[in-house]
Amino acid sequence: MKLTRRSVLAGASIAILSGRAHAAGKYSPGASDTEIKIGQTMPYSGNASAYGVAGRNQAAYFRMLNETQGGINGRKINFISLDDGYSPPKTVELTRQLVERDQVLIDFYPLGTQCNTAIQKYLNQKKVPQLFVASGASKWGKPKEFPWTIGWQPDYHTEGVIYAKHLKANVKDPKIAILRQNDDMGNDYLDGFYEGLGEDGKKLIVADATYEVTDPTVDSQILQLRNSGANTFFNVTTPKFAAQAIKKVAEIGWKPNHYLVAVAASLGAVIRPAGFDNAQGIITSQFLKDVTDPRWDNDEDVKVWRKFMADWNPTANVMEGSNVSSYVVIKGLEHVLRKCGDDLTRENIMRQAASIKDLELPLMLPGIKVNTSPTNFYPINQLRMAKLEGEHWVVFGETMSRDAV
Amino acid sequence: MAAVTNSWATKGGPGVVAIAFWALLALLPFGERFVAEGSFDYYLFMGQAMLINAIAILGLNLLIGFNGQISLGHSAFFAVGAYTAAILMNFAGWPYWATLPIAAIVCFVAGYLFGFPALKLEGHYLALATFTLAIAVPQLLKYKPIGKWTGGVGGLLLDKPEAPEWTGLGQDQFLYYLCLIVSILSFWAVRNLLRGRGGRAMMAIRDHAMAAGTMGIDTARYKTVTFGISAGITGISGALSAITVAFVAPDSFTLQLAVSFLVGLVVGGIASLPGCLIGGAFIVLIQNSSQSISDWMKSTFSLRYDVPAWAIYGVLLIALMYFMPRGIMGGIEAVFQRLTTRRERQP
Repeated sequence: MKLTRRSVLAGASIAILSGRAHAAGKYSPGASDTEIKIGQTMPYSGNASAYGVAGRNQAAYFRMLNETQGGINGRKINFISLDDGYSPPKTVELTRQLVERDQVLIDFYPLGTQCNTAIQKYLNQKKVPQLFVASGASKWGKPKEFPWTIGWQPDYHTEGVIYAKHLKANVKDPKIAILRQNDDMGNDYLDGFYEGLGEDGKKLIVADATYEVTDPTVDSQILQLRNSGANTFFNVTTPKFAAQAIKKVAEIGWKPNHYLVAVAASLGAVIRPAGFDNAQGIITSQFLKDVTDPRWDNDEDVKVWRKFMADWNPTANVMEGSNVSSYVVIKGLEHVLRKCGDDLTRENIMRQAASIKDLELPLMLPGIKVNTSPTNFYPINQLRMAKLEGEHWVVFGETMSRDAV
Repeated sequence: MAAVTNSWATKGGPGVVAIAFWALLALLPFGERFVAEGSFDYYLFMGQAMLINAIAILGLNLLIGFNGQISLGHSAFFAVGAYTAAILMNFAGWPYWATLPIAAIVCFVAGYLFGFPALKLEGHYLALATFTLAIAVPQLLKYKPIGKWTGGVGGLLLDKPEAPEWTGLGQDQFLYYLCLIVSILSFWAVRNLLRGRGGRAMMAIRDHAMAAGTMGIDTARYKTVTFGISAGITGISGALSAITVAFVAPDSFTLQLAVSFLVGLVVGGIASLPGCLIGGAFIVLIQNSSQSISDWMKSTFSLRYDVPAWAIYGVLLIALMYFMPRGIMGGIEAVFQRLTTRRERQP
């Protein structure tokens, strides 16, 4: 049959006019008139099994969507979340299973920096969206090299920039001491911090101490930093070491302007063990609402979230931050899929994911917006500063971002 | 226990069966037309993983099954092999195939050296000493001074080798054949080793070390060399894993990997060569199927909560050990023996 422009147009208009939008659907493998297949790898077992909370919560959310609203755009969500035990070779195996055997449309929120590194090349070769990667590393936003990979949360680099900017604007004559974990995370933060400080920023740093994940304590590093005469302390640590550092700083009577990275800003896992008294005035940054804070009790979004948790995921611990972050990112996915309408091709999903404008999602702090473009694959690159007052983080100041000074 | 299973390794009997079996494995990639489109490469990838695990278990079996030394630390040698291949490919630009013998040599030396302190230790104590290897190696890989080479926590990303054009094979087909050829060579080498004087000495040491010593066997030398060969074979499988997965990172080589080798070994059948292949397949299949069983239970009985996949794994393992205490290969042989003896009794 010969296709002329006219016949194509006629066909298209009939399809539109017939009103049954489903019939006109364009699909990649994993999508159909009735179903959208979404794959994911998650550490439900192994060293990082604590993160598995996120996958379970998302499974609950999709169940809720399917049973109360019939899915998204009239298509049920078939969510396949597999346990990779945080082991990269297992992630590769399971991702291949998802793509080749189960034929999923997208790989959504796969968790872990190493695990995602292991599958990034493969997914880009296969042209399967690696959508909203669950990792804070700064390498997920490179659309030129990896057009099928897009990040989600504010990355460590962005956060580092933001602390440096706040510090330059607020601390007089800063002399900075840095304590950082000797790995990719620590380096990402440091790079961002340098970028934020600007050209002559390195001169402001009077001490830079590192520790290994395997070290028992960071006490000696803290003493070394205090003796440098610094008045500002940039604390780039993971929870256990953050608690030690905060305690030690208070113990030796050092009173610097204390910046604590968001990775380690957990009230339950860090501040409480370190002692609330010792941590007053510490500054960190946030982009999500702290649902444990009674200040948000009357917030509509928080109420909806609490009801969702009670009805659909009753066994989960609501104190765990993953239950909030996994909920927010799924709202982001829902937005993208609704935007795609009946064109559920992998190309269109990436196109929609890369053209989000000023999207506000439930449970994000007021002022934080999701923004992407064909050249910006960092969906959330805004944060707000927060200070510890009493037993809660109190958000203050403007929304900060990487670009705006 | 060992008397039954040794027959597979040392007697000439099942040679035809073995050749037929390997030939069957070699024909598998032609089964593409029977499988739904697109997913066949995934099955070949699983086949690669099974063969790689089988080689690792073969190395472990040589040590535990045929020499009576227990190791909980073979994930460490697997890691060393994988990193040897990765570093040579990444920094020295070596072709993937050339890294395999180097990985074997490096791991042989590492295993041989570790064999010396292991001489002083037996049974549970050796198990504990090797256990520390499994714990220490992932940490050492993150160690800063060598971070330039190992890639630290982030690991190393490799280029997956393409099939040479003259073969006309797809990438996964080619890698499957690579694993298969290496497996055949390893199994063949181990089989020959076990049939010779060295193999008999190893087994004599396992059965009664003092008696073996009295008969003039240099037990210390045989034990250290066995440790070395065992580590070398496991190192080859580690290198193959690095090549097929195209990524190495410290988190890939946890204690759990060492334990899964041990599980594969026991399930397949200690001191059985075919058992290694069964064990290798078991490791890959059981983890995936326990997940599917969990999903199936959830949907069939419309449960509100997940059935933990690892609990199902545990139950399966206990059931298997209860019905086949000598592993699957031991079970098969018991059935086989019963059938043949019954036939003989009939007039």
